[in-house]
Amino acid sequence: MTTVETATGTAKTMVLNMGPQHPSTHGVLRVLLELDGENVVTAVPDLGYLHTGIEKSCEDKTYSQAITLTDRMDYLNPLGNNLVYCLAVEKLLGLEVPKRAQYVRVMMVELQRISSHLVWLGTHALDMGAMTVMLYCFREREEILKIFERFAGQRMMTSYIRIGGIALEPPAGWREMVKRFVDMMPARIDEYEALLTTNRIWQGRLKGVGYLPPDDLIALSTTGPGLRAAGVAYDNRKAFPYSSYEEFEFDVPTRTESDCYARYLVRVAEIRESVKIVRQAMDKISDAGAIKSDAPGIVPPQREKMKTEMEALIYHFKIFTEGFSPAPGEAYVTVESPRGELGCFVASDGSPKPLRVHFRGPSFVNLQALPFMVQGQLIADVVASIGTIDIVLGEVDR
Amino acid sequence: MTQLANANAKVVGERLRTWNAQAVAEIIEYRGEITIVVPKELLRSAANYCKVTPELNFNLLSDVTCVDRFPIEPRFEMNYQLVSIPRRERIRLRTNVSGQNPAVDSLMPVWPGANWLEREVFDLFGIKFEGHTDLRRILLPDGFQGFPLRRDFPTEGQR
Repeated sequence: MTTVETATGTAKTMVLNMGPQHPSTHGVLRVLLELDGENVVTAVPDLGYLHTGIEKSCEDKTYSQAITLTDRMDYLNPLGNNLVYCLAVEKLLGLEVPKRAQYVRVMMVELQRISSHLVWLGTHALDMGAMTVMLYCFREREEILKIFERFAGQRMMTSYIRIGGIALEPPAGWREMVKRFVDMMPARIDEYEALLTTNRIWQGRLKGVGYLPPDDLIALSTTGPGLRAAGVAYDNRKAFPYSSYEEFEFDVPTRTESDCYARYLVRVAEIRESVKIVRQAMDKISDAGAIKSDAPGIVPPQREKMKTEMEALIYHFKIFTEGFSPAPGEAYVTVESPRGELGCFVASDGSPKPLRVHFRGPSFVNLQALPFMVQGQLIADVVASIGTIDIVLGEVDR
Repeated sequence: MTQLANANAKVVGERLRTWNAQAVAEIIEYRGEITIVVPKELLRSAANYCKVTPELNFNLLSDVTCVDRFPIEPRFEMNYQLVSIPRRERIRLRTNVSGQNPAVDSLMPVWPGANWLEREVFDLFGIKFEGHTDLRRILLPDGFQGFPLRRDFPTEGQR
């Protein structure tokens, strides 16, 4: 118990240490809460428990090697991280990616968005005391991870999106597998909504909690579902289309209440939109065609060619021993990750290793709004607010 | 579409020039991205001008980051990525900071969201932000010595 001098005189408040091992902080977030009874006076987030220096490590790797590091930032959205990094390097190189590879990329990141939102929904429901939803969500997420395993050989750290295209040709029978998933999904979303949307406890815990007006959210650089739940239809897929998103038809769900309940509704609506995008991408992906750009010296050659052509063998050797060197310059690319605007800034000095790689993690920036959301609210609402900001500590701390 | 965006972005440079002839040191265009280099002294007022002018309306500060060009002097380049949500436009403001007692004006008075982004740069590059209300280390422990993202800091750490 500490005594704190306030404007109105001496008040007795208590400082409570929430985290870094608290289960509802979704990782290793520590929040120092100053409490007056059960009301929050101030909240001070303390970060860095998961800082691994990924940006520094990237400077010591070639451009292609750094892809595997990006997987490990936002571990619920590894494909999105691969995508933003590859888009930035491709922009730096001035590299065009074949349409077929772009569509596969779109399909994969939208499946990733669904799986990320499912983990969010399941864990948030668990935080709020509804355990069943978690089991349902992880059941469907498992199906997505199985699809990733078939495509990339890996369930989570896929490194599937590479500079100039994608790593592997889509596997035999992928169409049936993805189709089975998208056909099943709408009914499953209805199932979650039946459990939650009109549930009185769920509404009681979320409605009116964690409110911030849209102007404050923009001033605090908040993006993603949190901003869209405040009525600002800002989505990078629409505002600054990348990877052929301009060819897809989908809506940007918004709400105006800007509370935790509105953020829940926006995310559920986004899952439905993502299912629509995956369907369209399936139609667009042809059965044959290039999956990598024709850029010798940057994209590794096919193994068959290496056995017959000397140039291919030389390029292969050079790519994996020395890498490639983009011309000096900078590129900043943003994509819409499940959590908001994910940016990647890459600067080259003309050497085979990047001069600087910086990631603008939406979790990191969005978390700034937490102290403002919880001020004056109950301690139980802190859990709801942290949950609906949807942070991934791997991305916050990098 | 990209070309149209570029034409608009060039207008931003021209407007800044008419506002203050000294405000634009250089306009760099590379891979369809516009970078406006602003003198260090005018950074905050130029940023504020970009935000409050209704025709520009850069209301969101997307990112703040630094590039260390060691051993070139001035070694640090501060990059600010601005977004105008209503006009769907992006622009980058840049200012050069010398390696001797590196310091630059904080943009917190313009965009409160600069808070953590600048703390991160302070933590990892050791650049001071004047006018920042809460300049503490954010990712590294308080007692950490050195600034790991500087180019003269070894990747394996200092022994």
